[in-house]
Amino acid sequence: MNADLVLFWVPAAIAVFSTALVITRKNASRALVYLVISLLAVAVVFFVLGAPFAAALEVVVYAGAIVVLFLFVVMMLNLGRSSVLREGGWLRPNMWVLPGILAFVLLIVMFHVFAGTQAKTAGTEVPPSAVGRALFGPYLLAVELAGFLLLAALVGAYHLGRRYLEERRAVVEGTGEGVDAGGDGGR
Amino acid sequence: MLFGWEVNWSYVLILPLAAGTLLAVMFLQWWERRLLGWLQDRRGPNRVGWFGVLQGVADGIKFLTKDDWVPPFGDRVFFVAAPVIVCASMLFVLAVIPFAPSFHIVDVNIALLWFLAMSSLAVYGVLLGGFASNNKYALLGSLRAAAQMVTYEVFMGLSIMGVVIHAGSFSLVEIVGAQEQLWFIVPQFLGFVIFLIAGLAESHRLPFDLPEAEHELAAGFHTEYSGMKFAFLMCGEYVAVIATCCFIVLLFFGGWLVPDFLGFLEPLVGEQFAGLFWFGLKVLFFIHFFVLLRAAIPRPRYDQLMSLGWKILLPLTLVNLLVTGFLVAWARWGL
Repeated sequence: MNADLVLFWVPAAIAVFSTALVITRKNASRALVYLVISLLAVAVVFFVLGAPFAAALEVVVYAGAIVVLFLFVVMMLNLGRSSVLREGGWLRPNMWVLPGILAFVLLIVMFHVFAGTQAKTAGTEVPPSAVGRALFGPYLLAVELAGFLLLAALVGAYHLGRRYLEERRAVVEGTGEGVDAGGDGGR
Repeated sequence: MLFGWEVNWSYVLILPLAAGTLLAVMFLQWWERRLLGWLQDRRGPNRVGWFGVLQGVADGIKFLTKDDWVPPFGDRVFFVAAPVIVCASMLFVLAVIPFAPSFHIVDVNIALLWFLAMSSLAVYGVLLGGFASNNKYALLGSLRAAAQMVTYEVFMGLSIMGVVIHAGSFSLVEIVGAQEQLWFIVPQFLGFVIFLIAGLAESHRLPFDLPEAEHELAAGFHTEYSGMKFAFLMCGEYVAVIATCCFIVLLFFGGWLVPDFLGFLEPLVGEQFAGLFWFGLKVLFFIHFFVLLRAAIPRPRYDQLMSLGWKILLPLTLVNLLVTGFLVAWARWGL
């Protein structure tokens, strides 16, 4: 077993193990930290397979931005002991039966698909410029569609935010300035 | 050998580099306090050793002997892990910095992204530290820190893409090599200004230290920290400053390159040492600039900080990127 294989299997095992922990932890913040570890492990797997650009983006985008926002929300909600107890109620053993069966079917399909293909590990490294050429060459349509989707999300977020602003303005105008000055500590 | 990247004696550098940086931090915090003292017409720490040089040693002894308190009402694991995450992720950044033509630990072709990745992981230290303290001030501080760092990361990344367009590579050695004729500060001045502001916000230094603004949040996310854990948090902040200054120099000021009339040093001490000297000098200049900013500019309000980011700096960055891309494409292929 050569060094490259160890470099692949160790982070792969960590990724699977920490993902299992993400699902089974009752404390939301613990689960998110395990999710970060899982994403970092997947980034190492990408790196070893010869895709350093994908590995870097995995850390920058997923671990560095998206999960931070998840953790941000968990902190804002300040989930305490009651939510841990509620999670414990949800994670009863009989809850695992149906997801377990479905995941097992997927696993069989995956083995079936991969059984015939030749294992391709490290050897060729994909430089960032090749990723760029692929994205703006054959996959241009996908990039544009993703752009549409993000724009739609942006417009949607702005719409929700504007409704909030309008409601607040209505409240401020409706109650007059006296209440505002008193309630706001004379700001 | 991993994909033909150089894996060689430079790994020996890891330990001296990390230790040297921590030592530099020790003197840097003394020097910063001394400078601030002068700028604010007071003396600053001048008691320990010659002009107070050994203040760092005294502080170190104090940190080590202080009660290492973990709040019983908080989350013990996260509380202990947070300073380690902050300090370690910033020290990891040093792995890709080329200090001289062949004085670096690794030269990967994603070095720039590595810097962004590690500085985005440092957010977790701040976030978890404040969360684990289970204290209103700490929680507010870390919420501010998280929002601020995620915001400024966005255009910190975008502002250096102009440099990448000019150099055609993410590798720092190649980026410096591409500045032989002209430092990127000239074509990428806007990118430099935005990177500087984002770097300040990212290392939450004054004037952008809203997460730990003492007039409203006690000490922010590190209110509950004491002893060596506090020292690690501070250490992470100073290493972040050093790393940011290194990247400013590498990306916009030609790294170890100097104009021809300063080439007299190279035949005397050799290419590597001359490079190291010039690089160090430039980095020191920017560290001083950070200190001067701290002394000169008052804090903005938090909403001003966020709206500056999203409403002014982000559009400017995008325009800069668009114009740079257009000009480079024009120069290369014509209209």
